[in-house]
Amino acid sequence: MEQTVKKVFVGNYSELPERLGKTVILQDKEIAIFKLASGDVRAIENRCPHRGGVLAEGMVSGEHVFCPLHDWKINITDGLVQAPDEGCVQTFEVVKEEEQVFVLVPNEVTQS
Amino acid sequence: MEKKKLVLIGNGMAGIRTIEEILKLLPEQFDITVFGKEPYPNYNRIQLSKVLQGDTEISDITLNEWEWYEENNVRLYPGETVTKIDKDNQIVFTDKGKETSYDYLIIATGSNPFMLPLPGADKEGVTAFRDIEDCEKMIHASKNYKRAAVIGGGLLGLEAARGLLNLGMEVDVIHLSDFLMERQLDQPAGKLLQKELESQGMNFLLEKQTAEILGKKRVTGLRFNDGGKIPADLVVMAVGIKPNIQLAQETGLEINRGIVVNDHMETSIPNIYAVGECAEHNGMVYGLVAPLYEQGQALAKHICGMNHQGYKGSVLSTQLKVSGVNVFSTGLINETDQTKSIKVFDEWRNTYKKILVQDDKLAGAVLFGDTKEGTKLLSLIKKGAKVEDYLESSQAQDDDESIVVSMSDDEVICGCNGVTKGTIVNAIKTQGLSSVEEVKGCTNASRSCGTCKSLVSDLLTHTLGDEYEANEKESICACTDLSRDEVIAEIKEKHLTHSREVMNVLGWKTEEGCSKCRPALNYYLGMVYPKEHEDERESRFVNERLHANIQKDGTYSVVPRMYGGVTNADDLRTIADVADKYKVGMIKLTGGQRIDLLGVKKEDLPLVWKDLGMPSGYAYGKTLRTVKTCVGAEFCRFGTQDSTGMGIKLEKKFEGLNTPHKVKMGVSACPRNCAEGGIKDVGVIGLDGVWEVYVGGNGGTDLRKADLFAKVKTEEEVLEYTAAFLQYYRENARYLERTSHFVERVGLEPIQEMVFNDEMRQELCQRMDEALSVYREPWNEVIESETTLRDLYEKVNAK
Ligand code: SRM
Ligand SMILES: Cc1cc2nc3c(=O)[nH]c(=O)nc-3n(C[C@H](O)[C@H](O)[C@H](O)COP(=O)(O)OP(=O)(O)OC[C@H]3O[C@@H](n4cnc5c(N)ncnc54)[C@H](O)[C@@H]3O)c2cc1C
Ligand code: SF4
Ligand code: FES
Repeated sequence: MEQTVKKVFVGNYSELPERLGKTVILQDKEIAIFKLASGDVRAIENRCPHRGGVLAEGMVSGEHVFCPLHDWKINITDGLVQAPDEGCVQTFEVVKEEEQVFVLVPNEVTQS
Repeated sequence: MEKKKLVLIGNGMAGIRTIEEILKLLPEQFDITVFGKEPYPNYNRIQLSKVLQGDTEISDITLNEWEWYEENNVRLYPGETVTKIDKDNQIVFTDKGKETSYDYLIIATGSNPFMLPLPGADKEGVTAFRDIEDCEKMIHASKNYKRAAVIGGGLLGLEAARGLLNLGMEVDVIHLSDFLMERQLDQPAGKLLQKELESQGMNFLLEKQTAEILGKKRVTGLRFNDGGKIPADLVVMAVGIKPNIQLAQETGLEINRGIVVNDHMETSIPNIYAVGECAEHNGMVYGLVAPLYEQGQALAKHICGMNHQGYKGSVLSTQLKVSGVNVFSTGLINETDQTKSIKVFDEWRNTYKKILVQDDKLAGAVLFGDTKEGTKLLSLIKKGAKVEDYLESSQAQDDDESIVVSMSDDEVICGCNGVTKGTIVNAIKTQGLSSVEEVKGCTNASRSCGTCKSLVSDLLTHTLGDEYEANEKESICACTDLSRDEVIAEIKEKHLTHSREVMNVLGWKTEEGCSKCRPALNYYLGMVYPKEHEDERESRFVNERLHANIQKDGTYSVVPRMYGGVTNADDLRTIADVADKYKVGMIKLTGGQRIDLLGVKKEDLPLVWKDLGMPSGYAYGKTLRTVKTCVGAEFCRFGTQDSTGMGIKLEKKFEGLNTPHKVKMGVSACPRNCAEGGIKDVGVIGLDGVWEVYVGGNGGTDLRKADLFAKVKTEEEVLEYTAAFLQYYRENARYLERTSHFVERVGLEPIQEMVFNDEMRQELCQRMDEALSVYREPWNEVIESETTLRDLYEKVNAK
């Protein structure tokens, strides 16, 4: 099956707060954008696989975010929930062009 | 008044620390300019070893970000070298043609690595190990080349070698002596260290003197004095450092090994100061940051015109950690005609101990592998103990038992401050001390060099038994083995002011900590340095970052302050209007006598606060929550005191205070206790002419009845005793420990003893006032800050 990808502008790089998350609303989905201490930007689905916690408000440590509701630890780069808990969240590719930051979203997400 | 012009040469660790100290004392007083040869903001040079070993990144070792300079109005010229000082007209000149005049000039140019003047030393691929550029050079070389040679088997050389191994290179270490680290170790210890490092993959060429660096443009190898050769395509010279004094010399300052300074860090020329590795104080040039930071503090006080005794030199401990190998040494290291030695070499466990005895007294020690005995030996050596004392004490001891058990009461534990075992044990017993920090506060033991800390800890174990063990050994979280007390001691000793600095300096196992240690460190830093520490919002749990309680669906609840549970018709109307306007999900009276608006959207929070125009009730924070009150003497037929008035005063005084866990209070006007003071952190009961203050109650998970703490006469005294109790709790409790658990753990008496002592109480209250002075109403602060609104409350609507 062919999948098309949509490039969504999410903000200017310098305006993303460091070591914090930012919520991006995309129709009925939310994406959490994180600017890590390293300066890299990551994007994941803004929904904890446990009970739907908003991950954008979690505490960011290195490549991980701690869910604000029950402290699950989730890798922001590959989306995997860390042991002892299990599960994963969807990750999205981030593209930086000069100052502008975009997220690449597969079309199924935007259509649903 | 025109500001005094302060110029700093050298944007490094000692110089910038001095500026920080000055800004802390007199924030707006100086017009500050900094010239730094390196093109970066101030970074943590110590961590370069870790960068090289791949444990952290260059971007993570910055100590002062660019914004720090901006926010503090410090003019920084990075990548600009000062080339000349005109001392008569008080002007400095730079390599970029700038001229800047000064009223005060601080020279903090650090050291230069010593480069052996060998033929070929200027070839490509030869480097020192001192700054970021060197580090990058090595990392880059490791990608294209295979063989590295490190000249110098001292601490720095071995750290470099370990790093290059991690980067996948083959590493030869060339050393002049016949064993490693000969300045800190004797031969057997040096050999053990060598064996350990060889097993990690290092190769050593000892007793070798390099004669030439071979190669055409780039280095291809080394030739030694004995004619031998080895191939190498990267050469790191780590043979020592020398103070960077050229500029000072040309200016005509008095120079010896470093720039000569007095106790106020003044050089021989008026208005010129020197600090850090380039300075020489009392014949000593230091190469570790702790003494340099002390110098910076002394200099700041002097420049700010504060009364101060000046810098008096530092006591250094020579405990060394190389690649996970424990090494310790102190005093005499090598045998002489006058010494006899006691040696224990345990080949099986790979440990070595040598103690040197001179005139029947302990004179020095070298330990390898097991360094537990280090502090005890240091203490004995400092006090000039007889060898028999040592032998008796170690004989009397089982393997696991600490030396303190066999010490007599008049023996000194803390050499720097002359505190005996008897004094400490007595303080532990009579003052109910339960932590090294408390012992330090009461007796001064371990306040200076800190090497006796483990002895103090042993004394606590010995005196208090298992109870202490259980308490003390608990580390903050899995990111570190250090306990709360140890971390706070280090924060104070090394003057750490940012949690990233704490993690770097104290060797955190994770890069940026976790959801347990981050908020804890943020709290501890704010507690130790209320004015200096800048609250780290990224280390706050969401509720405390956004100043509202997160709900399960990602909406928030809003609880405005309602001092003492008292409200009025206007406020109620406003609350009702806001509830309508923002369609809140539920309006509810809380268990804490106020009103909760539930189900508010994040992006609406600032608007809701603005419309309410009331202060935050902090229903989300580790701080004062509510002060419940009963109706009291004003209306109630049994009331004896104005409980609502008292409650409002308490709430107004302590609102916004950062505490280890939340704090709740209740004030009632008779023993019927309608405000439930018996299950509050602080419960107050008004009786005829007397107030009773109860502490340590809890109505939550672990129900606990509060203890009667004090009986006082006036409202002022209620405030005073409450302040002193809370401050004691703030300073001694673990993060997330409620007062109930805290009082249970340390007992009521020691707290009473401190708080009932007039002098101690005054001091506690003073520190409380300082902590309270930084409070700013958070909702209003958010509303007024565009960047906070954008960073934290805005959601992006993407298409
Ligand atoms: C709103 C309120 C319930 C209510 O509707 O009445 C409430 C709500 C919450 N309480 Fe409570 N507590 C409320 C009064 C109490 C009381 C009664 C009191 O304060 O008089 C207690 C027992 C008294 C005590 O603390 O000693 C209480 C004991 C707890 C505990 C257990 C604390 C403990 O040390 O055992 C927690 C958990 C915690 O803090 O770790 C907790 C935690 C919570 C949290 C914040 C859960 C959380 O961490 O997210 C709840 C937020 C709900 C939400 O979604 O907004 N709540 N909670 C009350 C707010 C009072 C206020 O005006 O600020
Ligand atoms: C790899 C490594 C590991 C270390 N490990 C430890 C450790 O574990 N523990 C410890 O306590 N210490 C350690 N140290 C030592 C510690 O880093 C130094 O003692 C400390 O950095 C000295 O501070 P300083 O400000 O005096 O000098 P520096 O930090 O060197 O700062 C001086 C600055 O001045 C600049 N400068 C010089 N001349 C001029 C000029 N004319 N104009 C403008 N700028 C100029 C320099 O470029 C430099 O940036 C280590 C050092 C290294 C290199
Ligand atoms: S008791 Fe407190 S924490 Fe538990 S569900 Fe009720 S409000 Fe939430
Ligand atoms: S919803 Fe994320 S941990 Fe429970």
